[in-house]
This record gives sequence, structure tokens and C-alpha cells, in this order.
Amino acid sequence: MSRDLPIIKVDQTFELAQAVVDGVDISGHWNRMFSDRSVTEYPTEAMDWVTSLDGGESLRDCYQCGKCVPVCPVNHVGDYGPRKLNAKVLRGNNLLDDPDLWLCTTCGNCYRVCPKEVNPLRIMPAIREQAVLEGKVPDELSEAFRNLQKSGNPHGHSPRKRADWIAGADVPVPLISELGRPVDVLWYVSDYTSYHARGQDAARAMARILTALEVDFAILGNEERSDADSARLAGETGLFEMLAEKNIESFRKYEFKRLVVMDPHAYNAFRNFYPKLGWEGEVLHYTQFLAPLIDRIEFRSRVELDVTYHDPCYLGRNNDEFDAPRRLLEAIPGVRLTEMPHNKANGYCCGGGGGGMWLDGFVADHVSERLSERRVREAVATVGADGTGVLSVACPYEPSRFEDAVKSTGNDGRIVVRDIVELIDQAMQPPAH
Amino acid sequence: MDYVVLLKQVPDLAEELEIDADGTGLDREWLSFVASEWDEYALEEALLLRDQGHGGTVTCLALGVETGDVDELLATCLARGADRVIKVGSFEAPPDSHTAAAAFADALAHVHYDLILTGVQAIDDLDGQVGPLLATRLDLPHVSVVTHIALAHHHTTVTVHQEYAGGIVAEFEATLPAVLGVQTSRETPRYAPVSRIRQLMKTATIEAMAGGGGAGSGLVIEAMAIPETGSTAEMISGNPQAIAERIAAILSERGIGTAVAR
Amino acid sequence: MSGDIVVIAEHRDGAILDPTYELLGRARSLAAASGGEAIAVLLGSGVAGLAGSLGAAARVIVVDGPGLASFSPTAYQAALVPLVREREPALVLIANSGSGMDVAAGLSAALDLPLAAYAIDLTIDAGGPLATCQLYAGKIQAKVRFAGGRGIVTAVAGSFPAEAGMGPGSPVIETVAPAATDDRIRFVDLLRPEAGDVDITRESVLVSVGRGIGEQENIELVEALAAALGGAVSSSRPIADLGWLPRTRQGGKSGLKVKPRVYLALGISGAPEHLEGMRGAELIIAVNSDARAPIFSVAHYGVVADLLDVVPALTARVGG
Repeated sequence: MSRDLPIIKVDQTFELAQAVVDGVDISGHWNRMFSDRSVTEYPTEAMDWVTSLDGGESLRDCYQCGKCVPVCPVNHVGDYGPRKLNAKVLRGNNLLDDPDLWLCTTCGNCYRVCPKEVNPLRIMPAIREQAVLEGKVPDELSEAFRNLQKSGNPHGHSPRKRADWIAGADVPVPLISELGRPVDVLWYVSDYTSYHARGQDAARAMARILTALEVDFAILGNEERSDADSARLAGETGLFEMLAEKNIESFRKYEFKRLVVMDPHAYNAFRNFYPKLGWEGEVLHYTQFLAPLIDRIEFRSRVELDVTYHDPCYLGRNNDEFDAPRRLLEAIPGVRLTEMPHNKANGYCCGGGGGGMWLDGFVADHVSERLSERRVREAVATVGADGTGVLSVACPYEPSRFEDAVKSTGNDGRIVVRDIVELIDQAMQPPAH
Repeated sequence: MDYVVLLKQVPDLAEELEIDADGTGLDREWLSFVASEWDEYALEEALLLRDQGHGGTVTCLALGVETGDVDELLATCLARGADRVIKVGSFEAPPDSHTAAAAFADALAHVHYDLILTGVQAIDDLDGQVGPLLATRLDLPHVSVVTHIALAHHHTTVTVHQEYAGGIVAEFEATLPAVLGVQTSRETPRYAPVSRIRQLMKTATIEAMAGGGGAGSGLVIEAMAIPETGSTAEMISGNPQAIAERIAAILSERGIGTAVAR
Repeated sequence: MSGDIVVIAEHRDGAILDPTYELLGRARSLAAASGGEAIAVLLGSGVAGLAGSLGAAARVIVVDGPGLASFSPTAYQAALVPLVREREPALVLIANSGSGMDVAAGLSAALDLPLAAYAIDLTIDAGGPLATCQLYAGKIQAKVRFAGGRGIVTAVAGSFPAEAGMGPGSPVIETVAPAATDDRIRFVDLLRPEAGDVDITRESVLVSVGRGIGEQENIELVEALAAALGGAVSSSRPIADLGWLPRTRQGGKSGLKVKPRVYLALGISGAPEHLEGMRGAELIIAVNSDARAPIFSVAHYGVVADLLDVVPALTARVGG
């Protein structure tokens, strides 16, 4: 910088009408460095309030480095971003009336890269809970909450029909209440596996696999309630606790060695949150339970499929289980496993977590594309070239989300979506002629 | 405008009902209870009226019944936006409608109201509906099966619709105070966050008032039974295709379906 | 106390309503058992001419007054309380309708007479009147008696044959002025539903859906079946409340009374209010996943299954 420019007085800022340095016009830019920056003039109430919430504390630690920006899946499809969230709160927006509050899927990928350990998995539920308490909840989400409260599942189906899927399983699926004895495995079937048509396919496949492996198992039937972990992440803590109390009551009523669950969200709840509510026990995701037993499965056919695997956020990144599902897939005769660019710890969110499953319409108004659609494109690019591609999943949220996305992205016929248990079950059947 | 809403819990029909050993009542051991659907509509209407310019307070009353969870019912009312909740009397089991009306009448001697709303009916009101029973006790006018409520600006009358068969509706003007039996609300009853209900269960004030005793329904229940369903129906079973085949055959015997082309 | 059986007549647009005939038919046989008269009470203004339509009664009491020109809960109650108190009938029979609910419970409280609501059967034996009443949305039936041997009964429409109450006859006609009036509730207007795109009361095939349909998008499955059968889609009340189908498509007590040749009840559990409006159908086929659903008690054919499995298969079968 040239030495012959006027010197700034410290008690007052001057701005040159024009400043040219080495032929570059820097008028109005350089001397801001010496004035109060408006960042310090922002109100502090919103940040103080958020960080006073149980779970909201870490938002203050953000120093806006932006590492979260490229890894946030929602950031890819719209204006939302974790860094911007911090900026909004800094500027006095408490987020209670901001659509951004509901766009985070709590996938946890920003937390993974954050040097300051700012944790939206705790921040978002904490702020959302306040919105829930004030009744500021998108209608779609309210409907899911209402259903969970009334029927113990987000669909509002009769709790009596929770085990109706058994009818098509072709193998006996015992109810623990009717067995009257302890079992090795209490199989927690979960919501979408129990009620959604494609989830039920996975439930029936799982029942056949457990039977073939001669596992001593039973289910809770209509005594099972939603794990409601996604309701917790969407801010309805009370609902989560209410349903947890009912599940814990059922868990305590019966004797079993371990709990095997289909839904990673249930796995997350039982493993990480039920202990705080008074229940502790061995919990395994079904992939973790089956992986050590895979050698005992008698496969009768080769599937001959190009398969890629979608890591569920709440099995993979947020609970560190990457290997069990892959061990299962690699053991299935005829599966050629290829990884997508986003895999394992950097797996890409399907958009269904943190309440996203019940905010489809709301989210669609604020993003250019569904996350499930981006993920399906990635899967098609990986294994969908010749029409035998399979996007394999290990979370009951996925089949409906991804199958819709396959259709909406025009990829019908190029790729199918299969739960890992469906692929195992398929290879256990005699070859089709 | 002060509104009073009368609510109760009823057995959840999602669970199977069983008859008790006497054969004259429900086996209550395994019952779970939920708010009576029509009472929830009544509360929603009261909240909407209050919040849509008529002001005033909404006070919810429920009987202090030991079955179910009256505290939770009343905390839920607060979570939805009620101003005040009162538990009336003390009952081991849900009383009949006549006893309930008498108990509410006792309590309402101590509560100010311009409009009393309750569900038009409940699934267990064998001896009639609480609304008209209470209205007669309090010497108030009463309209049942109400589907529309509009308050006059001067707050001395209310215009309501009473629903009849065939979608026909009578419009009435009633002098306040009055009792309305609500059939449905303009909007789905608002969601009461469980977080808020649980918070309120710990912190909220649920007032208690005496009430009831001595009324009785004058009915003697000789027997209760689960009606045999399907006794007259010929049941069709099989896979969906087989079922479809059979129904199609039944319809085609009557010239419907395959034989009819439009 | 007399052995008389009183029926409160309901009328609209100058005609007696069907439920009144149903009650009157039953009142005749009950009166024979109790040794009294079947008495119809007709309230209105200038309605004496209607008494001729109540020939099945032994006596018609016409309560005629300007305050009774249209139904009003308070005016009816004011007129009926002294009348019933004075005549002391064994039973007062009232239809379980919008207006009947007001009248029955009001009388019960005013006269301290017990009330048996939602009756589907009513007899008199050595122990006195015995009513069978529906409870818990029709899932339970209770047999009840009146402690003092007399009382009020509200009956669910369709419980008794109307024909038995329609016979000709020459009843004694008494005309009285109302002993009291009460205008705290004033009739304003009668509103009729706007005609819809389809008149479900005139369709011979109705494919009717209830809560079991699950989601709004599944309505189109039912539309497809109705189209294949040459019929129309109707619904139970919850579906109309949700706005998934227009109110004009709603069958049942609060909707339209339908008597089609074929009524396919899909995912309708069969609450008493619904059964009231459709049990007159010639052929009822019910599909419900709950084997204990009350709909099976009125159906001719029943299927315990998820309608979402059955409907596409049936559409494919008949639509071919």
C-alpha cells in the first residue's frame, strides 16, 4: 500500500471518495477494517436463547468456517445450509418461524466434518421442541405426530393390525405373548416394516431367513409401538418418551436375550436413548445379527445383480456400522457390489430422517429436488447402466422413498430398490426357470 | 363470552372389548381410554370461537373417574389452549349420563358460562346424552347434533345448525346461555404436543370441585353381549383373486359387472 | 300408570317420516302386550290433517299451536312434559334422530323417567319393557329394563319394519293446545343439501368406502371399481369429513339413506349411524380387515381382508 495516503484517525473513520492502489480501485473497501463491523451490532437474544436450550449449546461454537457447506445434502438442493443457520441465529432469528427449522434431516454429515463439533443432531431437536410446544409445526408433521399419539405408528393404522403382515410370510411368526417362554431374539419389526406394503416384503423375507437359520425368535405383535426416534428428532420429545415407556413396559414383560431391529432409527433409539429412560439391553440391527450367521445360510441360486448399497444415516454415520451390511451383500452368490461416490461415513441422506419422512410436501416447497432423487441418480450412474442395477438398502424408510424417486427421475427399468433381506431371501429360493 | 366444555374418556375401540364376569359390564382390566371423539370437536369449536374474535375463556370440565386418566385428559385440554380445567366429583367407574349431568350441574353452580359445549353423544351413553340432561337440570335451552355455531356480535344469542338424515339441516337461533351437543368441528381438533401435555401434567393446576351422587339412570342392565357378527353373512375366503372371482360371480347372477356395459 | 305406548311423531314437508312408522308398528304390538293404546303424538301448527296418516295408532293427540310450527327443542319439550306427566304412558318411543335426541333426554330429565338410548329391539314380557340397546359403536349390545317399569326409548332407525305402522285405521283424534311454550330456541330455516354430481339414492350399484381406505389417493382404486361395475362411489361419514369425497356421496344417518340393488361396503366398520342409512340395500357385500366389524352383521356376503388387496383384483376381474 502506498505510504502517502492520509492517515485514519482512530476515534473517527473516514472513507476516501476514491482510493486507487497500484492501479486497482479499492474505494470503500479497505477502510472498513478500522470501523466497527456491524456483526457486533446484531442482537444476541436469539443466540443466547438457542444456546440456553438443552442441546442447543454448541451452536455458539460455530466460527463460520464453511466446512459443512459442501457436505450438507440439503445445501445442494436449495438455500438451506448449516452455516447459514448459525448466521441467521446470529442476526436475531430464533428459527421458530423459519422454514429452515424443518429442512435439516439430522443426517449428521456436517457434524462429521465440523472442527468445532457443532451438533445439529442436538441443536435441531432442541429448537424444534420449542416450536412444537408453541404449536408451530407444519401440518403434515402434526398429522404424523397425531397418528403416533393415537395409534402408535405414523400412518394412523390400527395398532391391532401391526402383525397382519404375518399372513404372507409362509413361515410361522410367533407372538411372544403366546409363546409363554423366554426367547433368544425379540424381533422388533418397526413401523414401515409392519405396515408399508414394501416394508412388509422385507418383514416376510426376514421371517423366512430367521426360520431357515433356526433362530429362536418372536415378535411383540400389537404390543409393539413405534420407536418414534424421528419424532424425537422432529422435536416431539414427549411423544418419543410416551411411546418409549410403552415399549419398555413390553420389553420388561418378556424374557429375551437380545433385541434385533429392522429400522436404524429404532436401533438408534434403543441403543442410545432408551438407557436414559431406564432400559438397557443388547440391541442389534438386523444386518449386525445376520452377518456372523451368513455362512450358515444355504443359498440355492445366484442372483447375478449389480448392486450398490445406500448407508442409512442412523446405521452408518451416526452409529458406525458400515461393515455388516456389506458382509451380507458380498456373501450373496451373484452380487457384484460397487460403491457409490458417497458412501460409508460420507453416505448421502435419503431425506427421510429427522421428520423428513413426514414433511415431503413442506420440504418440496423449499428445495429444487428431493434428496432421494439425487441419491437414485447416483445409484443409477453407479450400477444402472445395463438395467440389472439394484440399490440395496437396510432401512425400511428407503424402499418407498427410493422407488418413488426411481419413477420421478425417469429411471424405471434401470434400477430396482431392494432391502438386503430381500436379496438374501431371493438367493435362498431355488433358481427360477 | 365464557365457554364451558364437558369432556370424558371412553374405551378405545382399537382394543377388543370383553364382557365382565357378571355379564353386565365391560371387563375394564385391559381397557385403554381415549378422549371421546365428539367432546374433542366440542373443545375445538370452543377454542375457535374464543380465538376468532369473540374472546373470553374456555373452561374444561371432566368427571374425576378412576379408570383412564382424567388428569391427562384435562392437561391435554390445556395443551390445546383451554384457560382453566376442573375435575368434578370422584367416581370409581365412569358413571351413567344422568349421574354425570347431575355432577356437572353441581359444579357449574360455581363457574361462569355463556355457552356450554359437549359432544353430541359418546359411545357409552346408554341412558342418553349428557347435553340435554344437563340443560334440563340447569333450565337452559339445548340443541343436539350441532354442526355449525355462529355467535351474534351482542353475545346474547347463537345461531346453530342441527343435522338431520339426508343432509338436511335446520338453522336455529338460541338464547344464551345455552347447551350445544356438537357433532363435528369446523377444523380437525388441533394437535396437542405430548411434550406440552407432559410438561403440564407436572406443572398445571387442575382444580377440583364436588359434584354428583344420588342421580342414577333408573336403568337396570340385565345383560351385555358382543353381538355375533357375520352370523347372517356368508363369508368368502381365499386369495384376492379367488375372492374377486366369487364376488364377480355373485354380482353377475344379478346382471351386474361383466354383463353390464355402459 | 297406564299401559299406553306413546310415539312422538316426526314430520317434515307435510309428511310423516319413516322412523315414526317403524315406532308406531312396534307400539301396536307393545300396546297389545301392556293392555294399553298405541298413541301417536303429533306436534305442529295446523297439522291436524296429518293425523290421517297415522291410522295405525289407536289414538292421535294433535298438539297444535303457533309456537310449534317448526321443530324447536325447547318448544317441543315445553309442550310434551305436561302431556306425558298427565297421561303416564308405560313407554314413550322416540326416533334417535337429531331432534329425537333433544326431546328424549330432555323429557327424561324433566320427568325423572329413565331413558334407554340407541335401542334396536324392544319387547314387553312379564318383567315389563325390555330394550336391547347398542353401545360402543355397535360392538356391544345391552339388554336393559326400567327400574320403575316405565320409561323412554330412543330407537335406531331401521330397527322395526315401517310397514307395520303404515296400516289404515280410524284412530281417535284429540286436538289440544300446548300447555306451555318456550321460545328460547327459535327455528330460522331448513337448509337442504345442494344436488351433487351423482345422486347416490338413485344408483343401483354403490361402491362405498370407509376409513379402511387409508389414504386419499386410494379413492381412485374405488372409483375404478365403481366404473367397472357401472355404479357410483359413496362413503361413510369419516371420508366425507376428511373431504376425500363430497358430502353428497355420504350414506348413513347423517348422510343419505340408500337402498341400492348392490352395496359394496369397503373398509366400513359399520357404526350404527352408517347401518341406519344402508341396511335396506338388496345385496350387501362387506370387505373389512376386522372380522368383528359390525358391518358383517348386516352383510349378505362378507370378506375379511384388506380392501386394497381385494379391490384391484375385483376391478381387474369385472373390468376385463
